[in-house]
Amino acid sequence: MTELMNTPVAVIAEEHPYCMDYFRSVGVSIADTELTPREIIDALDNEALEDKGFSKEQISSHFIEFLKQAAMLKSTAERSVHSVTIVGGFDKSGTPENFELILKPGDIVCIVGTTGSGKSRLLADIECFAQKDTPTGRTVMVNGKILDGEDRFRLENKLVAQLSQNMNFVVDMSVGEFIAMHAASRMIPDIEATVEAVITCANELAGETFTYETALTQLSGGQSRALMIADTAMLSSSPIVLIDEIENAGVDRRKALELLVKEEKIVLMSTHDPILALMGNRRLAIHNGGVKKVIETDREELAGLEILQCVDEKLMQLRTMLRAGEKISLDMKKFFEL
Amino acid sequence: MKLVTVAGPPSAGKTAVIIKTAVHLKKIYSKIGVVKFDCLSTSDHLLYKKAGISVVTGLSGNLCPDHYFVSNIDDCLQWAKKKGFDMLISESAGLCNRCSPHIKEIPAVCVIDCLAGAETPKKIGPMLRYADTVAVTKGDIVSQAEREVFSFRVRQANPKASVIFVNGITGQGAYDLSHAFSKATDVDSLEGAKLRFSVPAAICPYCVGEMTIGTDHQKGNVKKMVFKEVEEAAV
Ligand SMILES: Nc1nc2c(ncn2[C@@H]2O[C@H](COP(=O)(O)OP(=O)(O)OP(=O)(O)O)[C@@H](O)[C@H]2O)c(=O)[nH]1
Ligand SMILES: Nc1ncnc2c1ncn2[C@@H]1O[C@H](COP(=O)(O)OP(=O)(O)OP(=O)(O)O)[C@@H](O)[C@H]1O
Ligand SMILES: [Mg+2]
Ligand SMILES: [Mg+2]
Ligand SMILES: [Zn+2]
Ligand SMILES: [Zn+2]
Repeated sequence: MTELMNTPVAVIAEEHPYCMDYFRSVGVSIADTELTPREIIDALDNEALEDKGFSKEQISSHFIEFLKQAAMLKSTAERSVHSVTIVGGFDKSGTPENFELILKPGDIVCIVGTTGSGKSRLLADIECFAQKDTPTGRTVMVNGKILDGEDRFRLENKLVAQLSQNMNFVVDMSVGEFIAMHAASRMIPDIEATVEAVITCANELAGETFTYETALTQLSGGQSRALMIADTAMLSSSPIVLIDEIENAGVDRRKALELLVKEEKIVLMSTHDPILALMGNRRLAIHNGGVKKVIETDREELAGLEILQCVDEKLMQLRTMLRAGEKISLDMKKFFEL
Repeated sequence: MKLVTVAGPPSAGKTAVIIKTAVHLKKIYSKIGVVKFDCLSTSDHLLYKKAGISVVTGLSGNLCPDHYFVSNIDDCLQWAKKKGFDMLISESAGLCNRCSPHIKEIPAVCVIDCLAGAETPKKIGPMLRYADTVAVTKGDIVSQAEREVFSFRVRQANPKASVIFVNGITGQGAYDLSHAFSKATDVDSLEGAKLRFSVPAAICPYCVGEMTIGTDHQKGNVKKMVFKEVEEAAV
């Protein structure tokens, strides 16, 4: 690593383009890229650094560590999760759950259960790679292997991306600028094309379109949700997407799920909506802290889904009429073919 | 006796995170105490009491709370020992962003919230850069994209720390964080222990009560702003 410290930053930047960004983040502007990190750091004024709470030793050691981590992030972008295995533990009364579940990319799993039944606990177990050390005693494995020690808590191993109704964009930036910033932090090479793809995709999910220049905080509820889904599908590093009740989000839910599946995500969705529940390949029924049933969505249920979707479409038509300021004075019995 | 220092900007969620983490720590350490350092006032002791955690408060008044911390932390440790605690957690509100309470060999946690915006990790000083673990709160109200950008920025500011998202309300992530706390080893006394970074004294007349503005009153360690030709703000 001393070698790195004695290599001109212009050369380092060829392999690690984010190296300039590191110096910027510690308030150092590089006038001459032919200088080496050592030379740049040595030239800094000790007193000024101390004032700002920096030290030369720390800047050097953090610089090396940051490059290492960023390189790791880049390589985990190509990391693949083939499977996530959940081995049952015990419910709140200590009764064994006796289930083993293997989730694969493209799976959609719904989680159903009453308030306080333990839905969030199950998702938290997945998130921290439980090893019989959470209140449920469950074990979670990735690609059939147990992750241990420090690996469990490393950011690049973060398995779960979350989408929920309570989430909002809070940064004061335009859509395009922010998505570009996200892409940059993921070390994506072609940022421009990625941003464009995310925005196009989000616009397909939401009703009203927005552009690159729209301020994030000006997006409507449905537009933000659509952008969050598109961004999570295409830019998040996490292979699992956890969706918490997006029933009323004003986005095309079917298209949203299709997108996540296409991007090889494992989708876990807690929902009370029968249509969403049937869109899943299976669902876990949780009661008293334990997984009581694993139900595969079968042909019989899927036949029902088609009818539900017809009804949903009709409701959608009524909503459109409402929005257009029309009166809803049609024969409902006929309309719904009851 | 184990000690852990927790620091973070005001209202970042320090108390909430400590309380949620203590739930898991209690399984290992039966008696946990907290010492809260703040500047003017705090009602954190009520929250800790409600959670069944013994707490003592130190108000620094017109001193930087981190300076006050340094002169009092060993006394706190002795108090906690006398009380028979297994672990003492210090909570200090980082008010000046320049000082930090982190001590060498003592696990150091920095709590920041991701509502503060992508530039915040860059602005928080040694309190973040010298921490072993960074707990990021309030992820439940921002988008996944912002969480990912934020954690990248935290990592840029301190590549050596582990970054853990903790929800101060539901406690999600607190279990993971409790592992960082339980890395603490026994300390008997902090006599001779070293801070991770200097906390420079701010000795100007205003530190000691001067109230009049004007060059005549600015003696001692005075630093003046430099007004160069107004530069284009760097992007
Ligand atoms: N939504 C949300 N709110 C949180 C979270 N963590 C803390 N809060 C809330 O943020 C507020 C401040 O939390 P505290 O724990 O008191 O913050 P603190 O850092 O101890 O504040 P001071 O000690 O006053 O500096 C409280 O209302 C908490 O309920 C979180 O993860 N999500
Ligand atoms: N198997 C278990 N053993 C012990 N405690 C459990 C178990 N499962 C869940 N719990 C605890 O029960 C409480 C309620 O669970 P949880 O928050 O997961 O419910 P939920 O289904 O998400 O509820 P809501 O619909 O209100 O969000 C939590 O404190 C959780 O840790
Ligand atoms: Mg829940
Ligand atoms: Mg507090
Ligand atoms: Zn200070
Ligand atoms: Zn002063």
